[in-house]
Amino acid sequence: MIKVEHLVKKFGLRTAVNDVSFRVEKGTVLGFLGPNGAGKTTTIRMIAGYLPPTSGAVEVNGIDVVADPVAAQKQIGYMPENTPLYDEMTVEAFLNFLAEIRGFAGADRRRQADAIIDKCMLSSVRHQPIETLSKGYRRRTCLAQTLIHDPAVLLLDEPTEGLDPNQKQVVREMIERMAQNKIIVLSTHVLEEVEAICSRVMIISEGRLQVDSRPGDLKKRAGGYNTLTIEVVAPAAEALQAFAEIPDVAEVVSLSSGSEKQVLRLVPKDRQSLAVRAIEVASARRWLVTELRSDPGRLDDVFRQITITDDVGRKTA
Amino acid sequence: MDMLSHGRAIAKREWSAYFNSPVAYIFIVIFLVLAGFFTFSVSGFYEVGQADLRSFFFWHPWLYLILVPAVAMRLWAEERRQGTIELLFTTSVTPAQAIAGKMAAAWAFLGLALLLTFPIPLTAGWLGRPDWGVIVSGYVASFLLAGAYLAVGMFTSALTRNQVISFILAVVLGLFLILAGFQPVTDLLSQWAPGWLVDGVAAFSFMPHYEAMQRGVLDARDFVYFASVTGFMLFLTHLVLGNRTGR
Repeated sequence: MIKVEHLVKKFGLRTAVNDVSFRVEKGTVLGFLGPNGAGKTTTIRMIAGYLPPTSGAVEVNGIDVVADPVAAQKQIGYMPENTPLYDEMTVEAFLNFLAEIRGFAGADRRRQADAIIDKCMLSSVRHQPIETLSKGYRRRTCLAQTLIHDPAVLLLDEPTEGLDPNQKQVVREMIERMAQNKIIVLSTHVLEEVEAICSRVMIISEGRLQVDSRPGDLKKRAGGYNTLTIEVVAPAAEALQAFAEIPDVAEVVSLSSGSEKQVLRLVPKDRQSLAVRAIEVASARRWLVTELRSDPGRLDDVFRQITITDDVGRKTA
Repeated sequence: MDMLSHGRAIAKREWSAYFNSPVAYIFIVIFLVLAGFFTFSVSGFYEVGQADLRSFFFWHPWLYLILVPAVAMRLWAEERRQGTIELLFTTSVTPAQAIAGKMAAAWAFLGLALLLTFPIPLTAGWLGRPDWGVIVSGYVASFLLAGAYLAVGMFTSALTRNQVISFILAVVLGLFLILAGFQPVTDLLSQWAPGWLVDGVAAFSFMPHYEAMQRGVLDARDFVYFASVTGFMLFLTHLVLGNRTGR
């Protein structure tokens, strides 16, 4: 378990992380979202025992990271931002080096390194110097490094940043495969990633924790959530009126109006689902519904709602 | 336990980092060429007609002044530039372990370069009958001197992510440590400064200690001197690194 309590980090006068508290249980993939400079990396570095907090406490599996970073780091696999690696080493030499640092000696060390090379699909590049690797292989090598001692906690700072869609997919699949018996904390500003692999999402902005939720629940906070777009064969004026009479509908907007087909947007009063009532209305009048689309809510919108306001100095949440 | 295994793993990595790049070969070749050039051509090893290595060891402080910072400059600056320092210090390696490992590797490397000068004492032995005790003592002094320079370079390397800055700072500090006890400089100083100040500044210098050992005088105080300069510089390195990582 990761336990973060009232974590604060100041760099001079600037407060990078401002009173952040949360807990993460085993089996969770936590997506750490936020604009650049929001404090994601600083928070992760403090959990990893690289930066000491100005105040507050971090515990990993019951070990106080500030008091005993060495013991805590044995529980942690950490992938820093921008995948720093010893460029002149080969993949194999690098992973052997890390295995040795992580306490494997002799034949054990080689076995461990070989197992990780297999697991992370690095066999084809194992003798290549790291500086000659593609970004995808580079990222995988850094990911392999985090896994070598089978840690309980993985901290991944922007694991898919700068990869092409195929490479992203591979890295994501690797993360998903590892997720079951570990805690994974990954920071990102790729929202689709959060939807794809995270079971919990936190949004941090200006050093403060703004949202802590499940990705599904978070989407419901999107402005357009459950807005219904309906395409119906009906007279324009009657359609507008009939749908507006549904009690949960706040507003009906005509998107396009033909001689027979109407495309209308129904905005719910309080994010309720409108589809069933809309179909009832249409079928009662024998109107043909040719298309019906309910907005599932977009994380982008939520992300923007929460973080953009900060730039102009106003606060939500 | 961790101290040993981590230190050894890091030392091995650093050692192969030297030999995986042209640095090691260039350094060794230049060191040997310059050492030979100064000994034979500038100091006139043959013309002096003495079977000793004075003219060889005389140049080491000056050779090291330039060459050791070149070996040391990447030790931390490179880790910081590449960001691998973050990787290193989040894998339960402590700054002390990393410093020990890097110091061991770089010092062993300088030791290797020094050992490769063996044809020079062999020449002296072939031409005459040198005092082998003095030669061994000279090598010990030179090795300790290299270690002290290295610790200075390690410290300046930890200060910056820029290897050039690290190099220049190390040369300047090294130059101070040479010149503080260099005869012409102390003579100049003693014209206006009180004697205790001149002696005090000179006591910081490599030179009196190095020269004494070069003459074959193995005094515990000289060992203590080199150990404390090296130790102090490593301590400062630890302070700088600890400051960054909070340990």
